[in-house]
Amino acid sequence: MNPIWNMARKELSDGLRNRWLLAISLLFAVLAIGIAWLGAAASGQLGFTSVPATVASLASLATFLMPLIALLLAYDAIVGEDESGTLLLLLTYPLGRGQLLLGKFVGHGLILALATLIGFGCAMLAIAVLVNDVELSLLLWAFGRFMLSSTLLGWVFLGLAYVLSCLSAEKSTAAGLALGVWFFFVLVFDLALLALLVLSEGRFSPELLPWLLLLNPTDVYRLINVSGFDAASSGAGVLTLGSDLPVSAPLLWLCLGLWLGVPLWLAYRLFNRRCP
Amino acid sequence: MNVVEIEGVSQRYGDVAVLHGLDLTLAQGEVLGLFGHNGAGKTTTMKLILGLLQASSGQVRVFGRGPSDPDVRRMLGYLPENIMFYPQLSGLETLQHFARLKGAAPEQVERLLEEVGLAGAAKRRVRTYSKGMRQRLGLAQALLGQPRLLLLDEPTVGLDPIATQDLYQLLDRLRWQGTSIILCSHVLPGVEAHINRAAILTRGRLLALGSLAQLREDAELPTLIRASGLSRADWLRQHWRSEGHVTQGWGAEGVQVSAPDGSKLVLLRQLLAQDDPTEVEIKPPSLEDLYRHYMTRAATEEAGQ
Repeated sequence: MNPIWNMARKELSDGLRNRWLLAISLLFAVLAIGIAWLGAAASGQLGFTSVPATVASLASLATFLMPLIALLLAYDAIVGEDESGTLLLLLTYPLGRGQLLLGKFVGHGLILALATLIGFGCAMLAIAVLVNDVELSLLLWAFGRFMLSSTLLGWVFLGLAYVLSCLSAEKSTAAGLALGVWFFFVLVFDLALLALLVLSEGRFSPELLPWLLLLNPTDVYRLINVSGFDAASSGAGVLTLGSDLPVSAPLLWLCLGLWLGVPLWLAYRLFNRRCP
Repeated sequence: MNVVEIEGVSQRYGDVAVLHGLDLTLAQGEVLGLFGHNGAGKTTTMKLILGLLQASSGQVRVFGRGPSDPDVRRMLGYLPENIMFYPQLSGLETLQHFARLKGAAPEQVERLLEEVGLAGAAKRRVRTYSKGMRQRLGLAQALLGQPRLLLLDEPTVGLDPIATQDLYQLLDRLRWQGTSIILCSHVLPGVEAHINRAAILTRGRLLALGSLAQLREDAELPTLIRASGLSRADWLRQHWRSEGHVTQGWGAEGVQVSAPDGSKLVLLRQLLAQDDPTEVEIKPPSLEDLYRHYMTRAATEEAGQ
């Protein structure tokens, strides 16, 4: 356990030193508070509307931001060390490659978890204090679930970033691939799914289509966050497909967990094959 | 028990073979100099001992175990060629990080910084360090946790002459404490006095291995005797040439004669009996001469095939 924590400690202190943690927390807090109070501006209202609407808007925001931040944080984890020459040295230390990778993950993961807790936690506190007639238990439950799933989503993309980092020979390649992965999961996937839906004109098995959502971690994440509310009001676009999905909430969490475990394992395998 | 045992190791990167059937051992407290041109296989040999590479064939044992064993790695210090660190950390933070990873005592960090002469720059970021300072930090890093085997790849690159001398003295101290050291270099002058054995590699093959005395004997290279301030320089040259020695002028009133094994004292006596030199210099074949000798021999053998 100790070598893992020693690696994690360095990543964590790097995150504090280069103000990543501060910047992400601040970004989350400002955006969350902005959305909570201005989210209804489109419908002509100003001020806080409701917990489900706020969380749904926050979830769509985090769907974009969280993967991007995680990928940016971790894309150079291995290839960056290799390029700067420190990987060679680290690998001669009494520390396995799995421990090295896991240490990086714990460090980066803690940065994301702390930033989520501080940033969105502040927003939750602000709502609890400033809005008079908010239902506290609902707020706590919805925000708790939102923060937990957001962190998990961030971790999923950390795992994916490590895969890219172990795969690439150069840092710039890893950066390009990271951008590609973000683009694919956050933008292209849903569009492709919609296109499939329209072009197939119903010939495509309607039972199968909702399951395809599970192939995208950001969709799984959004499904987790809109469930339990009135789906019709908060779900939009391809997510309405999700209302047909006979999948319970625990299974969605499990799916997100798999999305974390499999890339991490893959990254470990790739790292083992890598020659410094 | 030998600290390092390399038996019949060959290493290929794809189709390119970089080591051919290498046999090498290192005893406890021994300093082995590993010399060779760029691409001779020095760094590959080190990486095999460090367990960073798996030998394509043959066997590498370190402290009697496989080289990637974590217990082996705790007893091992490595200074890579062109060492780099995290630019955003200070020297002190860097060393603390590596000390934690190696499980070395935290008190050792400041002592080592003192020892390599970086105590004054410990709080500065590594970004601002010169090449020599980075090299010294790298050396401190290699010494964390009192290693029993040190692998140093080009340790003197970037060091000024005084720092180089300090390094050699440090290696001598470590050797007396029983640390085994492998020193990889193509900078040869000055290193002779600090190694027990030398290994000369070329194109992945071991050309020569032995103590300096053994190599000198094997190579049969002459000792050079140089005398200056002579009154009968020309006469001496002619006399020696007639006896079959190779001579050469040395400055205005001087002469240089090559003395093959055993004839050194005879020539010296003749020199002192026949003339009254102001200065005499005796130059045994240096490591550099030996190195050049083996390299030329390898090249001619190759051309002959």
